[in-house]
Amino acid sequence: MDLDNLIQRFQKKDTVAFEALYDMYAENICGVINVILKDPERSQELCQDVFVKIWSKSDQYDTSKGRFFTWILNIARNAAIDELRSKSHKNQKKNLPVDSLVGIHENSEDLNGKIDTIGLQSLLKGLKDKCILLIDLLYFKGFTQKEAAKELKTPIGTIKTRIRSCISEIRKNMA
Amino acid sequence: MDVKEYIASGVLELYVAGALSPEENLEVQHYALQHPEVKSEIEAIEKSILELTRTTSPKLSKDSFKTVRAQLDDVIQFKPEASERKTPWGNYVGWAASIVLAIGLIGVYLQNNQLKTEIEITNQEKENLEQILSTTQEKVIDKEALLQQLRAKNITVVALGGQAVSPDSYAKAYWNREENKVIIDAQGLPEPPPGYAYQVWSLKLTPLTPTSIGLLEDFATDDSKLFALSNPNESEAFGITLEPEGGSETPTLEQLYTLGAVGP
Repeated sequence: MDLDNLIQRFQKKDTVAFEALYDMYAENICGVINVILKDPERSQELCQDVFVKIWSKSDQYDTSKGRFFTWILNIARNAAIDELRSKSHKNQKKNLPVDSLVGIHENSEDLNGKIDTIGLQSLLKGLKDKCILLIDLLYFKGFTQKEAAKELKTPIGTIKTRIRSCISEIRKNMA
Repeated sequence: MDVKEYIASGVLELYVAGALSPEENLEVQHYALQHPEVKSEIEAIEKSILELTRTTSPKLSKDSFKTVRAQLDDVIQFKPEASERKTPWGNYVGWAASIVLAIGLIGVYLQNNQLKTEIEITNQEKENLEQILSTTQEKVIDKEALLQQLRAKNITVVALGGQAVSPDSYAKAYWNREENKVIIDAQGLPEPPPGYAYQVWSLKLTPLTPTSIGLLEDFATDDSKLFALSNPNESEAFGITLEPEGGSETPTLEQLYTLGAVGP
């Protein structure tokens, strides 16, 4: 079953297609939420809420929003960040701890061995901290290129080339 | 566009992250459609992010979708159909009204058709009557003309009496010498058998010389039984014989039905 077809059926409220999409992406979406919340139980609950939300917003997806995964990734991290804000009573996106992926990477024992620490460490092997930080901002916190440049006090052009080389290193580690 | 340069720029990594504007997204998609290398690069980048995020998942139970599935039906019910359900009677009344209207329209249509048919029949009858009137008028005119001819001053009337073959037969000849015309009133002759017709002869008596002046055509169908024939002869008598259809050169005297001499 190809992805485009599944997405079309999902948009017509086909629950079978939606279950297939859930099977494809649920672990990833929960993984993103878990990086932000660092709370495996709460992450699982929120992850399911996020998929119900995705279902209810099915007619809002179109290709101008990018890849389907990118669209649900955006819904997931917004939900997780909202959750974190309501907990910490902080109202600024920029005030969120910027080290979530770095933290989960370095302190994975905190998660009681619930995550695939070995897999994570092998993927991030050899990556510099500024790479991990940039991946965290762009993929897990939903920063735009401009916001990331401002946060890291780096020229915009540098963000682009740096993320290219960071992701390339992960891809090398995968091989 | 240099595809390799475009891929190396890092824009595709930003695209997968969702860090581009909608316009930039559409531009990337445009290039992805045009260049398969761009599309496969996007998929490779996405795959690396999927791999990375999978490792941080708190590992879902196998039937975790069930919890999600149980909530989907509630979501579906929030579709805005409630306003229609609020007024079911409005619906029924609407349908009922439509049906009544439809039946009414069908009734009017049928009635209209019926009236059209009746008008057609009436028109047809009117035409028929006009035709009959016109024919009758023509007949009256013909008859009046005929009567005028019979009443003319210089007409010679010859009574033709029945002969041996048919003693009861009779006929009359109205001869207008000036116009060389003779009208035969054949009312007293029986209908000729099929294949035969009456032929009228002008006769000179000394010596007996018959000259054909014509056939009584369409005897059976001519209701008036009056036949106008041309007669330029100095006739002394008129005779009518039964001859084979089309007539004969000389009269068949055995079939002489009526005969009468012109008076002095």
